[in-house]
Amino acid sequence: MGEMKGLTRLTAASLLAGVALGATIAGAAELSVVSGAVGNDLAEMRQQLDRFAAESGHTVDLVSMPASTTDQFGQYRLWLSAQNRDIDVYRTDVIWAPQLAEHFVDLTPHVGDVIGGHFPAIVESQTVDGKLVAMPMYTDAPALYYRTDLLEKHGKEPPKTWEEMAATAKEIMDKERAEGNAQLWGFVFQGAAYEGLTCNGLEWITSFGGGQIVEPDGTISVNNPQSVKALDTVRGWIGTIAPPGVLAYQEEDARGVWQTGNAVFMRNWPYAYALGNSDDSAVKGKFDATTLPIGEGGDRSAATLGGWNLAVSKYSPNQEAAIELVKFLAGEEAQKFRALTNSRLPTIQALYDDPEIVEQQPLIPRWKEVFLNAVPRPSAPTKADYNEVSSEFWTAVHNTLSGSGEAESNLRRLEARLKRLQGSGW
Amino acid sequence: MAGPVSRNSELGRQRVRAAWGFLTPMLLVLALAAGWPLARTIWFSFTDARLSGLDEASWVGVLNYVEYLDYGDGEGEYFGLLADPSWWAAVWNTLRFALISVTLETLFGLIIALVLNASFPGRGLVRAAVLVPWAIPTIVSAKMWAWMMHDQFGILNDMGLALGLIDAPIAWTASPDTAMIAVIIVDVWKTTPFMALLILAGLQLVPSDIYEAARIDGVHPVKVFFRITLPLIRPAIMVAVIFRALDALRVFDLVYVLTPNNDRTRTMSVFAQENLFQFDKFAYGSAASTLLFVVIALMVILTITLGRMDLEGRRS
Repeated sequence: MGEMKGLTRLTAASLLAGVALGATIAGAAELSVVSGAVGNDLAEMRQQLDRFAAESGHTVDLVSMPASTTDQFGQYRLWLSAQNRDIDVYRTDVIWAPQLAEHFVDLTPHVGDVIGGHFPAIVESQTVDGKLVAMPMYTDAPALYYRTDLLEKHGKEPPKTWEEMAATAKEIMDKERAEGNAQLWGFVFQGAAYEGLTCNGLEWITSFGGGQIVEPDGTISVNNPQSVKALDTVRGWIGTIAPPGVLAYQEEDARGVWQTGNAVFMRNWPYAYALGNSDDSAVKGKFDATTLPIGEGGDRSAATLGGWNLAVSKYSPNQEAAIELVKFLAGEEAQKFRALTNSRLPTIQALYDDPEIVEQQPLIPRWKEVFLNAVPRPSAPTKADYNEVSSEFWTAVHNTLSGSGEAESNLRRLEARLKRLQGSGW
Repeated sequence: MAGPVSRNSELGRQRVRAAWGFLTPMLLVLALAAGWPLARTIWFSFTDARLSGLDEASWVGVLNYVEYLDYGDGEGEYFGLLADPSWWAAVWNTLRFALISVTLETLFGLIIALVLNASFPGRGLVRAAVLVPWAIPTIVSAKMWAWMMHDQFGILNDMGLALGLIDAPIAWTASPDTAMIAVIIVDVWKTTPFMALLILAGLQLVPSDIYEAARIDGVHPVKVFFRITLPLIRPAIMVAVIFRALDALRVFDLVYVLTPNNDRTRTMSVFAQENLFQFDKFAYGSAASTLLFVVIALMVILTITLGRMDLEGRRS
């Protein structure tokens, strides 16, 4: 009661003085968190932020950004280099840590009590020179979504290889189109020239046994016959099983075609699982997801490691409150909520055995093995040059798929350009 | 009436002082808002600056523009912006975009202006309606058109199919053949009203008695247009063209939203932005910005000279 009275008095005093409340009551800060989003990400984040605000007394502003990670990065780098004080918390892509490390607070001393519960490989990806740059919020590994109803109708099994996938897609597409389903396509993925194409391209090449563009030791390996084969195979899909417009698709475009029931297969991240099963979805209950296929001559399915993290800006005037927010959003409760509402893969190991998650989002426990074996993009070996490497790669892939030049010559050019970029070392 | 006053008289000196007094604030603002950033960009283009350490930049001469790497065996290779094919591709893209879009906009703008100059009922309403595309922020219209041009849900393809103009949906922004066309369509849609407005302003200054005289003399309307209207509104058209050309040469937002990271539509500004902020090459991006400035300056000088523009306001 005494405290209440004090608070009232304080409120009156601050109102009289025209001083912002936040400055007077100890600890109540106004935070800004910036985040890009696909699907339901922002709505889910807002719900969590409201709960945080109610619990902590801080207010949190959510600044939204475009869905493309490439667009986000350019803006964030600009803000951070200008030492912008308006944004306290950044939602960061798994590949950004080495490039932006110097601008973020070392979280190691603040999360010692909880970090042990997260997958070590993910924590490792966010650690640069012993500094924990960002706290993992969820991880990501793509899946091959397929229409159970259509596969059953035409007596097909979920494909194990890209060849099978293409054949199944073609057959179902042709038969369905003959029956009047004119809008149906076989396969949709992310083919626009942006970071997402780097993910897709890496998966094709790796699953064909063509390496990882730049190997962990820094060797440029992308120009090899298996990579050529992979890209030639994909090029054969454009206009046959994949719509020509797929070369401008990002995640949400692919999901748009898929969720309206116009694709047999889709490559996308797990978030599409929950959305595909939402009430307004045309494919609700008619699909499942499996691991991405293997290529001819490859020995494994390859899924690109994705995932998003939360970093606290070094220039934030409210670092303490910001760290509190990051711990909340990356905490067990928040990750569970995110898994249940948005089918985002938790980074906390224990959640994969959580009975509610197992029951409501069956994809998630099945996905533990997939992301543990996921292929990282070469952001660690190429360090500050990663964005340019990625841009060179997606340009070469996009040119090949859209018919500007042959896979072989495009990859040879890519190799030369990467070598020049590498210089005497990454 | 202020007659000519000798500069050496007391009054003349007073006037000059007053003029400088009025001009100084504007010159200061101009120096701060335009001069200083420009000088800084040019300076950075001769350094090895990185975005995260601008203060540590050190002078490297023209290495960002051109660098000859000698392999020591009599062979070597040129590097740097001037030897970078992707830069020249961006320059070419920009020039192509500017030339085609400004030409189309001038043509359509002229036609619309001529229509709007005629008096008909509801003219005020139509004039306002024509301006709508211009009033929509570029980002919004680019996004809107991106959806309209979408190969699966897009209304353009839907209408084309329904009318039998095309037999398969066109992937406007994805296909290398149509990406630039898509950008030009949106730009023409958006900025034609601007052209129409400027030309209309010019048209309304043409005295109506000239037309009357031509009509009495029985001059053919087409001849009236080419012999009277066009010469008289030429200064207005030239100003509009220069404005638009400047805008078109530094186009960024439309391309960035509609066809991001596409080799066929990457313009000079997009190239500079990529290097400045996406890649770790601030100095290289600054060099691109500097060349962009030079290219635009050259184009403007060229337009003014070829168009025999009279910037001094003298009448011959």
